[in-house]
Amino acid sequence: MSFLSDPRWGEAATHLPDYLGNHVRVSVAALLLGLIISLPLAIVSRDRPLIRGILLGFASVVQTIPGLALLALFYPLLLAVASLTLSWFGFGFSAFGFLPAMLALALYSMLPVLRNTVTGLRGIDAEILQAAQAVGMTPQQSLFMVELPLALPVIMAGIRTAAVWVIGTATLSTPIGQTSLGNYIFAGLQTQNWVFVLFGCLAAAVLALAVDQLLALVESGVRSRSRLRTGLGGLGIAALVAATLVPSLARSHSSYIVGAKTFTEQYVLSALIAERLRAEGLSASSREGLGSNVIFDALASNDIDLYVDYSGTLWVNQFHRTDMLPRQELLTELKAILAKQNITLFGELGFENAYALVMPKKRAEALGIRSIADLASRAPTLSIAGDYEFFSRPEWAALQRAYGLSFRTQRTMQPDFMYAAVASGEVDVIAGYTSDGLIRKYDLVVLDDTRHAIPPYDAILLLAPKRAGDEALQAALKPLLGRIDIEDMREANLRASGNDAAASPNAVARWLWEKIAGR
Amino acid sequence: MTTPLIAYTNVSKSFAGGRGERVVAVDDVSLDVNEGEFLAIVGGSGSGKTTLLRLANRLIEADRGRITIEGDEVGAVDPVQLRRRIGYVSQSGGLFPHLTVADNIGITPKLLGTPQAEVSARIDELLALVRLDGTAHRDRLPQELSGGQRQRVGVARALAAHPRIVLMDEPFGALDPLTRDALGEDYRALHGKLSVTTIMITHDMTEALLLADRVAVMRAGRLLSLGTPDELSRSGDAYVGELLRTPRRQAERLNTLLPRDGAA
Repeated sequence: MSFLSDPRWGEAATHLPDYLGNHVRVSVAALLLGLIISLPLAIVSRDRPLIRGILLGFASVVQTIPGLALLALFYPLLLAVASLTLSWFGFGFSAFGFLPAMLALALYSMLPVLRNTVTGLRGIDAEILQAAQAVGMTPQQSLFMVELPLALPVIMAGIRTAAVWVIGTATLSTPIGQTSLGNYIFAGLQTQNWVFVLFGCLAAAVLALAVDQLLALVESGVRSRSRLRTGLGGLGIAALVAATLVPSLARSHSSYIVGAKTFTEQYVLSALIAERLRAEGLSASSREGLGSNVIFDALASNDIDLYVDYSGTLWVNQFHRTDMLPRQELLTELKAILAKQNITLFGELGFENAYALVMPKKRAEALGIRSIADLASRAPTLSIAGDYEFFSRPEWAALQRAYGLSFRTQRTMQPDFMYAAVASGEVDVIAGYTSDGLIRKYDLVVLDDTRHAIPPYDAILLLAPKRAGDEALQAALKPLLGRIDIEDMREANLRASGNDAAASPNAVARWLWEKIAGR
Repeated sequence: MTTPLIAYTNVSKSFAGGRGERVVAVDDVSLDVNEGEFLAIVGGSGSGKTTLLRLANRLIEADRGRITIEGDEVGAVDPVQLRRRIGYVSQSGGLFPHLTVADNIGITPKLLGTPQAEVSARIDELLALVRLDGTAHRDRLPQELSGGQRQRVGVARALAAHPRIVLMDEPFGALDPLTRDALGEDYRALHGKLSVTTIMITHDMTEALLLADRVAVMRAGRLLSLGTPDELSRSGDAYVGELLRTPRRQAERLNTLLPRDGAA
């Protein structure tokens, strides 16, 4: 099948009105806010070296923060502010999605606007400034009639730079709940759907170029005093914004939003749940690619309605527990803790996605290793690889304590590459995930944790506080509980990581449903 | 005796110098300019002549002393209103590069709230006064004009709001000699025709002697001498004598080199 006739292009295009519309709205709002803040600051600070230095220094520091981190930082910040306003003034606001994305992007847009405005204003010939005074202009008249018009080309260049940066960086707002063209990229990277990745990148690039050229038209129109060109450019930008508003106004708001974290299994499960809800006549949509630090808070504050999490993740990450309980006790206690926040632990799906030490089956047999205890004596001559967080997680500390593990070397790796690395013998052992389809693909084996050092990671369905007594929802979800075993999930994950049309989360979700529905 | 239109009384101004010391630019200067008079201030660079000029329309504020314009003490009136009633021409014209010739000329009337039609008529009138072809130049931008044309626009802009006073800071200094001479003559004629009062800064004594009614000589912030060309020539001051020697010698040499031709 040729690359261009791949049906996934068509699937990508169906998301375009939603993704592009949200992307344009958050970018334009951020840019406008950035301009409203930066322009007056630049004007005020142009003759004040101290303020100017502080402002430009601050904006430069902001620029050095990676976009992803800046966006992620705004979420907890706004959550804290929202809870303050709630307790002080009796109202809160959603710290999820649009608001944090817009604020972070606005901050990001400030440097080029500040720097270019200051440079443009300070670059004006002193004799011109004096002439403005001498003909009888007030400082304000001088600013608006002489200084700003003369600095305009430089200022516009800064605005264009900011626009391109904001549109590019907005793709990173997906993990904090703002739908954007980044949804293609995050979903595509996770499910190895390169068509989606490419589509997202191309769409963002075309949008950035289009906005840049429209701003260039405005700039040349203002410079050459051509009302026509200024008008056309302004009209173009207005038309772009208006066009993205139409589908969002026409689109009916779906009543249930299913959240998904940023990995393949989550995409498949949210597709499965959304499809089940629709099958029962409930309107549902997925909000994908949410950061794992964001998604729980989003549920707790009713920004999403439901999602799948893992018992051990909540136990360790969310509630900072270090004690390890047997599986059922942990679930019971977790349910009680969640109930205090009005979150319903609706039930388990039937499989676990836990951290596990994994190695090739043949190698394990040759070395006579079946459990982690067997591995411990061999460990000093072996190497281990884990994902970015594993070695700083309590599970690793617990494993080391329980088994006295000490490896020759330990390395961190992108999860997708870890399995291939252990299969090829580049590393001896990896800290993988029990439900990963690659375990099956590469013929790997999960070593038994006989001393229960790693907590159970049952996949559990969580419902937002406002859905606590929602019987229609619970009836629709019931057929999923306890139905998905580890082998099904592994195979679903493996299918979803394939690079063809049958690998889309929706297609895999349908396959999975057919597999489990008969049980 | 009538009160002078512009009067400086014991005026001083100093600026912060390089290493924390004060540089005295204008040192206790007293000077009266009468209505309708054309006064030239001559001096080398650093003599304080430009500072003295800019004190009059408060582009620079005086440290000490008293300056009155048409009887008003300048420190007591709003500087913006003050500048709108005084014409100002700077060395390279100081035209706004983003505005057309017409918009540059009409700027002060516009700031004063003069109706658009009236401003437009005034622009045509001024273009004719400074001898620029209105239809050809009205809608051009300053960078499309020659240096001489730009200075003509600068003069027109200074005169636009019917000022009684025009301050000129080396207005013709950057022009070639022929253009400079023509512009000087044209302005002198306008000065008489419109009965304005003019203070012109120049470093060129010849130009000062040819255009002005009286010449003031400044050096190191002090007013050395003030008077008509005739009075200056009788001044005992060595520096003034030195300044006068050059035009005098040039005139004598030119007289021998270019004998009056008999046909005249």
